[in-house]
Amino acid sequence: MRHPTLTSSALSRRGFIAVTAGGLLVAGCGGGQGPGGGSEEGVGGFSGDAYAGPALTLAYWNGFTGGDGPAMQALVKSFVSDHDNIDVENNTVEWLDFYQRLPAAAQAGKGPDVGVMHLDQLATNAARGVIVPLDDLAESLSLSEGDFTESVWGPGIYEDQRYGIPLDVHTIAMYYNQEHFDKAGISEPPTDAASLDEACQALQAAGYQTPMWMPNQWPAHLMFLSLLWQFGGEPYAEDGSAATYDDDAGVQALTWMREQVEKGYSPDNVDIDAQYIAFKNGENSITWDGIWQILDLESAGLPYGIAPIPVIGDEQAAWANSHHFFMTSQAAEDEDRANASKTFIGWMSDQSSAWAEAGMIPARNSAREGSEFTDSPQASLGDQINALHFLPPVPGLGDVQPQTLEIGVNEGVLGRRSPEDALSAAASNATELMEQNLERFGA
Amino acid sequence: MSAVGRRDGVVAWLFLAPYLVLFGGFVLLPIVLGLWISLHNWDFTLPGKPFVGLDNYANLLDPGSVAFDPFWDSMKATGIFTLFSVPLLIVIPLAVAMVMNAKFPGRNLFRAVYFAPYVLGVAVVGVMWRFLLDRNIGAVNSYLGAIGLPDDIAWLSSIPAAWVALVGVTVWWTLGFNAVIYIAGLQDIPRELYEAARIDGAGRWAIIWNVTLPSLRPVTMFVTVVTLIASANMFGQSFIMTNGAPAQETRTAIFYIAETGLQNFQMGQAAAASWILTVALMALSLVVFAVFRARGALDVS
Repeated sequence: MRHPTLTSSALSRRGFIAVTAGGLLVAGCGGGQGPGGGSEEGVGGFSGDAYAGPALTLAYWNGFTGGDGPAMQALVKSFVSDHDNIDVENNTVEWLDFYQRLPAAAQAGKGPDVGVMHLDQLATNAARGVIVPLDDLAESLSLSEGDFTESVWGPGIYEDQRYGIPLDVHTIAMYYNQEHFDKAGISEPPTDAASLDEACQALQAAGYQTPMWMPNQWPAHLMFLSLLWQFGGEPYAEDGSAATYDDDAGVQALTWMREQVEKGYSPDNVDIDAQYIAFKNGENSITWDGIWQILDLESAGLPYGIAPIPVIGDEQAAWANSHHFFMTSQAAEDEDRANASKTFIGWMSDQSSAWAEAGMIPARNSAREGSEFTDSPQASLGDQINALHFLPPVPGLGDVQPQTLEIGVNEGVLGRRSPEDALSAAASNATELMEQNLERFGA
Repeated sequence: MSAVGRRDGVVAWLFLAPYLVLFGGFVLLPIVLGLWISLHNWDFTLPGKPFVGLDNYANLLDPGSVAFDPFWDSMKATGIFTLFSVPLLIVIPLAVAMVMNAKFPGRNLFRAVYFAPYVLGVAVVGVMWRFLLDRNIGAVNSYLGAIGLPDDIAWLSSIPAAWVALVGVTVWWTLGFNAVIYIAGLQDIPRELYEAARIDGAGRWAIIWNVTLPSLRPVTMFVTVVTLIASANMFGQSFIMTNGAPAQETRTAIFYIAETGLQNFQMGQAAAASWILTVALMALSLVVFAVFRARGALDVS
């Protein structure tokens, strides 16, 4: 899923949680009833025993196009060699395209059997009938809330049924250039607004004129959401009826972001990806970005450090998302495929500690104790796991956010509108769209 | 009608058939289906696609609706882009074509140089210029600074600089195509006309004004209509270079339609928006035809 190099561009990265920018072509736009409209209940009675039926090939879709791709392929390979009667055809599609193609392919009966999607897309795809509940699988695997941190377990449930089995958790972190920090005499990564401010001033004094570039596009809205939660706000009503980020907490969050530009810590008009490219080139000392960038920074050979994002607001908090396994309604129609799919998901879920190699935080509590994770760069973020916040499981939210919240944050950071105005316009549009969505997905 | 005439008719239809099948399947049918979709609340992933009559159109035309501003802002963006790119893409390629039509050493090399960008895909052009035009780390600002000009222009995230960038890149990218059409047109102008003009004592500018330009009218009309439609359909450049920023000011109509229909799956509304855009384009094309007809462009064969 990460798209590390310069050439791979922000398109894919921006498409990382919710598909943000405009749509590329979706193959086919058929009408009528496909499998998508079909079975809601899935195939029950999965016993938990490995699939023992006739040999078959599962179609497996995911969006791991970055440094996490090889890690996933290695897992798939080892699954196939463990299972004589199940072959897996791995199809990797960039996340940006993934959420457009999946419903279209499922509708046409050409979708996958199993796949991985982001937590905040589960509800949308459940409402669209693309994926089926996996309660029986969770039960048979003895997966329960106790195995996972609550914040990642809860949002996988839509209308009282579980649609996803968590694989990992990923969040945003603060990356800093160790060399710059050494030169500026900063020994500890900043942990709050005051120490961050001091660090920026020290860096400026050491000759780094603009030490913390503030993006106004990806991942600006992830920074904003993190800060919003830190200030005690909530972006959306739990029932999906309203956007609530234009309150005092939101205004404080966006104001702080704009202030970094006004104080001169960031240049004006940081264009798409520039903050990250500048960081890799040693022009920018501090940047907040997803932990999926770790693999890219490792391979770039940059002397970087990683730490939890500082507490700017009142309490520790950070935006997070999670990769979840899903099974499609297409697979659910055939008992053999369904059982093989569940065998696959169960096996993969057990491997979530090996997945730490992909730069992620394993979702299972037990897997975070393994050395694969504790020795990884992202281990320093593991303590934060209970301060991570996920978007609520509201169908269609991923479509609403790019045209509302992201625009508001963009305008606020650019200084085109005051934080109050930018957020209240965005939130009122979002509320209206969310009301439409409730009707659309409820019908 | 004679038997021969009837057979001719059948043969003609047979020859036309392959095209008609494609035209019917990929143009007519989608147009009609689009109209049908635009009358529904159409999300193809949901089982229910309720009929809503003209609601989608009403939403797009009602200033109080949440869809109004995004759609009309995108129409405005398309309008601005078209307004500035079309004249430049008519005039600059014409000038280039006239120069390239003259005889001088290395002419073919120059022709190739001007045409070369056109063979690049929009993704290549967009990504390349996005990096070149970056406000803080781009080469363009860096060179501007080196020669003493302002080096802090936000080409991709401020207005009007973003329009200068988008129009400029598009002109650079596509002028070669229009120039080639003009060169073909120039080569079709009979030599005798120039000779006669010279014998009559016409100067260089008089020849251009009275011989070259009138003879190019049909070609110019073709270039104008094609460029107009291409500009009105602009999507890739702003999708890749600015992602619609700042805010959504450079998000064009096609960008809006693609986002609404293919990403948010609100195909009814997207289809309605497409129809409004189509009607606007048809009206614009009619105006162009009328202008050229008034100037006799269609009489010259």
